[in-house]
Amino acid sequence: MLIKRKEFLQIGSLATASMMLPKFLKAFESPALVPPGNKVVVVLQLSGGNDGLNTIIPVRNDIYYKLRPTLGVKREKTLKLTDEASLHPALTALKELYDEGHMAILNNVGYPNPDRSHFRSMDIWHSASQSDQYWNTGWIGRYLDAQCSGCDKPTYALEVDDVLSLALKGSQANAIAVKDPKRLYGTANEKFFREVLKNHKDHHDEEPVEYLYKTMAQTLSSADYIFKQSRLHPTNASYPKTELGNGFKTIASLIYSDINTKVYYISLGSFDTHVGQDAQQTRLFTQMSDAIKAFTADLKKNNRFEDVLLFTFSEFGRRVAQNASNGTDHGTANNMFLISGGLKQKGILNDLPDLTDLNEGDLKFKIDFKSVYATILRRWLNADADKILGAHYDMLDFI
Amino acid sequence: MNTSNKLKNLHLLWRASFGPTTEQLGDLTRLTPQKYYKTLVKASEKEPAFISVADDALIKAYEDLQDPEKRKEYSEMQRREVNRMQLAAIRQLNLRWFKEMVTTQAQLREKMAFFWHCHFACRNNNVFYNQLLLHVFRQYSLSDFGTLLKEVSKSAAMLYFLNNQQNRKGRPNENFARELMELFTLGRGHYTEKDVKEAARAFTGWTADRQGAFAFKKSLHDMGKKTVLGQTGNYTGDDILDILLNHKQTARFITRKIYTFFVNDNVDENIVNQLAEQFYNSGYNIAALMETIFTSDWFYNPQNIGTKIKSPIELLAGIQRMIPMQLDNDNALLNLQRILGQQLLYPPNVAGWPGGKSWIDSSTLMMRLRIPQMFYDKDELNVSPKQDDDIMMGRKADGTAAVPTPVRKPYGAINAKINWAKYTAQYNKIKREMVLDTIASNLFQTDASKVKNVVAKNIDTSSREAFIKTATIQLMSTPEYQMC
Repeated sequence: MLIKRKEFLQIGSLATASMMLPKFLKAFESPALVPPGNKVVVVLQLSGGNDGLNTIIPVRNDIYYKLRPTLGVKREKTLKLTDEASLHPALTALKELYDEGHMAILNNVGYPNPDRSHFRSMDIWHSASQSDQYWNTGWIGRYLDAQCSGCDKPTYALEVDDVLSLALKGSQANAIAVKDPKRLYGTANEKFFREVLKNHKDHHDEEPVEYLYKTMAQTLSSADYIFKQSRLHPTNASYPKTELGNGFKTIASLIYSDINTKVYYISLGSFDTHVGQDAQQTRLFTQMSDAIKAFTADLKKNNRFEDVLLFTFSEFGRRVAQNASNGTDHGTANNMFLISGGLKQKGILNDLPDLTDLNEGDLKFKIDFKSVYATILRRWLNADADKILGAHYDMLDFI
Repeated sequence: MNTSNKLKNLHLLWRASFGPTTEQLGDLTRLTPQKYYKTLVKASEKEPAFISVADDALIKAYEDLQDPEKRKEYSEMQRREVNRMQLAAIRQLNLRWFKEMVTTQAQLREKMAFFWHCHFACRNNNVFYNQLLLHVFRQYSLSDFGTLLKEVSKSAAMLYFLNNQQNRKGRPNENFARELMELFTLGRGHYTEKDVKEAARAFTGWTADRQGAFAFKKSLHDMGKKTVLGQTGNYTGDDILDILLNHKQTARFITRKIYTFFVNDNVDENIVNQLAEQFYNSGYNIAALMETIFTSDWFYNPQNIGTKIKSPIELLAGIQRMIPMQLDNDNALLNLQRILGQQLLYPPNVAGWPGGKSWIDSSTLMMRLRIPQMFYDKDELNVSPKQDDDIMMGRKADGTAAVPTPVRKPYGAINAKINWAKYTAQYNKIKREMVLDTIASNLFQTDASKVKNVVAKNIDTSSREAFIKTATIQLMSTPEYQMC
């Protein structure tokens, strides 16, 4: 059946789905759209170095309040988790998830010999290298290499963004960065491009034009695939009209489809709060809370919450003492949120930071972030964690 | 292999300038590249005029806000409006400088200024500071690196961007000293954390006044002894800069960066070492270094021709130089820069843009391929570019980092009036059967026979003019055209 692109886009999604894939008519009757067990990871990167101590607040710790006379969050304002620890007041959705038993918190996550430079530390988290190594592939990119040797659709990992992060760049494959599946589809389907690609026979030209053609080929086939999948059963839930909200909405729609994507990646920032921390962190946390609330509610309603693991990280935390500008400077270890209906362990999984045992004013890490990656790769994604990470890291038990 | 003068000169123009204009196409066969380079040097001799975009309303509002009495008359809303005006002015500054890159005769100077702007990556939400720093890049782009380094280090834009106004005796802020060593002079692995801490003390008191002039606050300065890179003294910031310049590693680091930007991502270590020696011994004479690079035989080796991926700015400027156009929607050009991943005056972080293959992924490649068509048709830029991603080190005027705002729909129609007559006139003397080949030889520096075949099948042959137009646009819409 020949449908011109314009007509295709004008037809409503319901009609389209039913015309193209009649078997999915049945799917609308029952809530379970995709067989359970199709596990998916969503990575939420908090860019800029989120201040962990004002995220999970040690409300009974005098040192915290002494070193943060104006920046310390007053206990009455916080959202109580335990007697010792509370959440930042803007993270209301996370409080709910905690109370429901759908959230785990890891404290003091970091790595040896921490780097306090943004892009360097972010590269370390993305590549999973040691802090004195310079790798130009990312942990999710190498997962993609393992899943996708020679495949034409590197969509096992998707970044909801315009620019692809190092985390999703592999040595053979790059993931696709797509903020809007429809837009990418429109671009990729121009006749001229299809012809240019078809006419190109490789290994005659040298790098890097070859690199461009390879990227083009993958993009065209992936664009079709992603767009069609995104129209299969798009979510009709309501999401906040923020960049993050839209991103989560796209992710949800793809999760409900048949797409082979196992890892989604999305960012929020900037958390680099050297000056006037409170207002900024609060604004960002509000966006984050609202988006996560919509996303998790949507997943629960569609019985996919057990299969989705959402986790947050930041390239470093911040120093314990506040600075002279009502902000904080770059620090080291930080906490991570792990959110899912399928967690094995819930709540706060390890001790809060020990503020009497600092390293020149900075927190000491207790958990290497690569163990978190290893756990997720092995247990959630069934992948060869040691190979992907380049070394063995002991696993944790949250899943 | 006998590379023609035309090919060598095209290569030279894409590297030492922002690409050939239609008028230059005739010259390309006449002169040797060494002679051609001399014309580029001559055209860049004049002092650049200061680019100022802030209008009277903004200037007055800004001056009012510096005056403690007048400031009180501004409500919170009005102050936020002034901030918005600042950001709008910076967008204008971006467009003005971009226009300069496209139209100026002083191509070499602007290309070097562009390089330094990428090297000394800086973001600031004060248009006056931006204007001053931009002028530093343009004024000193071909002088000596020592002067350039000092001017940049004392610029309000850089000092505030790297928080040095907060660096004071007893409460040091290491950011400025760290990035200075790591990114601007020595590079990683050539200093210790201790060096950074000590150097930071030397820079205490270095700040700028609200007019953007450098100011040294003696009361904030740590006058004690510092030990940096093995030397001890009661160093000031100037002393630290001298120490860094005296270190040959700085010459190596800068030369290497210049090589990867202007010659090839793959570095020839021997050549870079020689160039670094020359650079260091000449007192960091930039003009001399660039002359050596652009007139050496090795620069014109086939492995260096057509093997670099154009940066977004080079791509956009190059298109506009070849087919001159008027865009009546400023937003469209800014959005394009953002979508392709390079917005002038807005590097992603202090390390600047990594360049090379990192320009290319699924989305940026498709956008690049579509751009010529978008200029040609009255086309909708149907993309919603990321809001200013301001990650990592972005600062607002009040020092706080930016937060994503609710998504608007910044769609813009690209309405480009292309001066086709001027362009097609270049081909008046070319026989019909040679036109396609000639256009291809003007646009590409590598073999493009495959795409020529595709284009040949899709050209509009209804008239000679339509033929030239569609051939040009289609040839530009290829992966091959991304190379220079």
